[in-house]
Amino acid sequence: MASNVLNRRDAWSYITFIIIVFYIIVLIFPLLSLLKESVTTGDGQFSLKYFAEFFSKKYYYGTLFNSLKVTIAVTVASVIIATPLAYIMTTFKMKGKIYLQILILISMMAPPFIGAYSWILLLGRNGAITNFMNDFFGVSTPDIYGFNGILLVLTLQLTPLIYMFLMGALQNIDNSLLEAAESMGYTGVRKIVKVVMPLLTPTILAGSLMVFMRALADFGTPMLIGEGYMTLPVMIFNEFISEMGGNDGFAAAISVIVIILALSIFLLQKYISNRKSYYMSALNPIEEKQHRGIKNILAHLYVYGFLSLAILPQLYVIYTAFLKTSGRIFVSGYSLDSFRVAFDRGGKALLNTFTFGAVAIVIVVTIAILVGYITVRRRNAVTNSLDTFTMVPYIVPGSVLGIALLLAFNSKPLLLSGTATILIIAFVIRRLPYTIRSSAAIVYQISPSVEEAAASLGASNMKTFFRITLPIMLPGVLSGAILSWVTIISELSTSILLYTARTQTMTIAIYTEVIRGNYGIAAALATILIAITVVSLLIFFKLSGKKEFSI
Amino acid sequence: MSISIEFKNVIKRYGDVTVIPGLSFKIEKGEFFTLLGPSGCGKTTVLRMVAGFNSIEGGEITFDGEVVNQKPPQKRNIGMVFQDYAVFPHMTVKGNVGFGLANKKMNKKEIEEKVLEMLDIVQIKQFADRLPKNLSGGQQQRVALARAIVMEPNVLLMDEPLSNLDAKLRIDMRNAIREIQKDVGITTLYVTHDQEEAMAISDKIAVMNQGKIEQIGNPQQVYQRPASIFVATFIGRANILRRKVRFENGEHYLYLADNYKIKTPQLAVKEPDKEMDVKVSIRPEEFIINTENNDGVDGVIKQSTFLGLNVHYIVTLENGEDVEIIQESTIDGTLEPNTKVKLKVKKEKINIFDDQSESNILRGVTNGL
Repeated sequence: MASNVLNRRDAWSYITFIIIVFYIIVLIFPLLSLLKESVTTGDGQFSLKYFAEFFSKKYYYGTLFNSLKVTIAVTVASVIIATPLAYIMTTFKMKGKIYLQILILISMMAPPFIGAYSWILLLGRNGAITNFMNDFFGVSTPDIYGFNGILLVLTLQLTPLIYMFLMGALQNIDNSLLEAAESMGYTGVRKIVKVVMPLLTPTILAGSLMVFMRALADFGTPMLIGEGYMTLPVMIFNEFISEMGGNDGFAAAISVIVIILALSIFLLQKYISNRKSYYMSALNPIEEKQHRGIKNILAHLYVYGFLSLAILPQLYVIYTAFLKTSGRIFVSGYSLDSFRVAFDRGGKALLNTFTFGAVAIVIVVTIAILVGYITVRRRNAVTNSLDTFTMVPYIVPGSVLGIALLLAFNSKPLLLSGTATILIIAFVIRRLPYTIRSSAAIVYQISPSVEEAAASLGASNMKTFFRITLPIMLPGVLSGAILSWVTIISELSTSILLYTARTQTMTIAIYTEVIRGNYGIAAALATILIAITVVSLLIFFKLSGKKEFSI
Repeated sequence: MSISIEFKNVIKRYGDVTVIPGLSFKIEKGEFFTLLGPSGCGKTTVLRMVAGFNSIEGGEITFDGEVVNQKPPQKRNIGMVFQDYAVFPHMTVKGNVGFGLANKKMNKKEIEEKVLEMLDIVQIKQFADRLPKNLSGGQQQRVALARAIVMEPNVLLMDEPLSNLDAKLRIDMRNAIREIQKDVGITTLYVTHDQEEAMAISDKIAVMNQGKIEQIGNPQQVYQRPASIFVATFIGRANILRRKVRFENGEHYLYLADNYKIKTPQLAVKEPDKEMDVKVSIRPEEFIINTENNDGVDGVIKQSTFLGLNVHYIVTLENGEDVEIIQESTIDGTLEPNTKVKLKVKKEKINIFDDQSESNILRGVTNGL
């Protein structure tokens, strides 16, 4: 119920205003700069020549099709793998279920390009498995570079994402619905097809969108494993950073094309899911059952098989970190030398990662709490537009945002390029949509009457917020903040454009060492990053007491 | 500390929709006043306007004569109890009850004393240091009540405070609320859709329908002499029958059937029309199953349900209408379906309404507005 008396102008109006100004400066202005750059020539004339160029050469527009092809393939494969995974994990009694859940999470949260680089170590031209198969069986393994490699790495990385969505949705399906279906003669596969799948459709669509956006925007994987198979983010990066002087305008034009593509997919998904959404809340959630025989074995094989594949690259990276190296080559025997060098060279990067991450997290949490509150409790035209603003980064790939920020902040008075500030801004903007959504969801769950009770007891609006609403929100927001932290420390696609020698982060350091071929040091750095991720996630589990979360 | 509240032609709109088209009534000092009506009738809106959570689009609300339309809730000195308790989940019982007092710049010792005293009154002193999640619904609602009353507010506002509790607890709590309200003597505005609860607890009841008050009166008045058909059917159960009143030999007669008429001298109809259409409201307990003589409306028992204290019948009258009847149960006295019966009514209890306006046309009955 709208309570218009509470909506009188108060401190919240000013907070709303300040946040809108913040968004205009760090998001809208850069995106407009990007758009301007894409449609002007060097001498400031309006021109669509970059777009014309893009669509006239196969080398360029072929990249668009490459991106679309691999992104769609990843999305479809993730849905196909994740759906049985979630169904089995919900309805089957699995051995070691808690550990399975945690491992699935870890495989999702680990930086994707580490997966890519690890698969190269395993299945690449000189990979461990490749050599093993060749030496012992004389069999050649399928080519891991290009489309196949990107598909493999991203699918393993993003399947857990849809899986998380599906687990949430399955928990909201009331068991009585399934029992009702069974009582009407729908069992087994027919039950799943006729009842479970339709109920999951909106969730699958939402999850697919998320996977699509991530796959489309991913830079590290295609960069490392794609080789000749160029995707849009890689091309944007190459055009912008090109050693032959780079072409900002062309990179900007490709960026605009990517945004338009992402936006159309976003709107399409929204259109479809608006027509197919159900509100569900289960009184009797589906219970897991002990299954027997072949069904049970197959279920275990499926889940354990997927997880082994998903976690294998991380494990192999950790293993190689302890190998003895001679120059760039792994030799037999174990040592901690890689770690020694890693701390030596990457100490600064480690420190940067922690500092930037911590500052970004504080800003993200603060803004997310405020915006979450404003958009739920103070609904009006202004806060609705703020809500829309905050969702924009969702469809802007990291590399595009990086370029936009560089174009916007490369001259005085807003000269930020090369500073830590611009990196932190990028982290904040990229993570905010997710954190805002989860904090808004938390505010939704707080009954407005709790705040009205405080008001009726004489507490001012601000006091009500700080003494009542904020303390109730905080536990949920903080456990969400840990997840944001994990994503921020594994961010690559924006930082690779924004970093300088002074502001190098862990992911950049790993990437640089991989490119240089220093696999031992890269593995040691990656192991440290994986360790931080795992510890953070364990803290998250401890804090939230949950075995799953919304992204 | 207790005040009177007056509504003068108060209007509430949401956009273009007028929810309350113009409401005027007065709540006296110390009165327990209940707004009773079906969901969506606007009763909660009215309560929230008194609290200051809803704006007022026209007219004025006064506390002891002072207009409060523009005062924010924080400044109105109200105590509010919500349907979902709205206790602060992160504070102990003591913390909850002391929250408002801490705003009043009282020292810690004073607050502690007042809080404990209040917890004693609502009988939850033993839970003082617990968090709300460790309390039952009834106990949480006591915390909410204590939290509101400890502020010594001008008016206590309660929005369906008992509807989340189970049936037995509801009765305990409503007695407790009534008792505490009487002790403290605080003006109380109470909102409910439960007519039995309203009758048990209130000094005065305002029956609302579609944003308007149909009748204000004490519980007896609204039950026994409902001002309109709506009130008659909303409070308790009533059989509404369309019948005729005829003027014969200087007297009014209500024809319940062709062969059964009753004299109705209490009708407030001035012009002795030859014949007029009326609606008659007869509550199930106002029928008498006549076993002594041949007087009454002919009917056949269609269904009988034994409910312990009472027996509940549905009887089909000779013209095909079904009516509900409640009789006290007797040993071996329950009538079987298909039994033919003669029905009389308790003349002085039934109510007669104008057929068109549906307002009560018995002498001396008003809507109290």
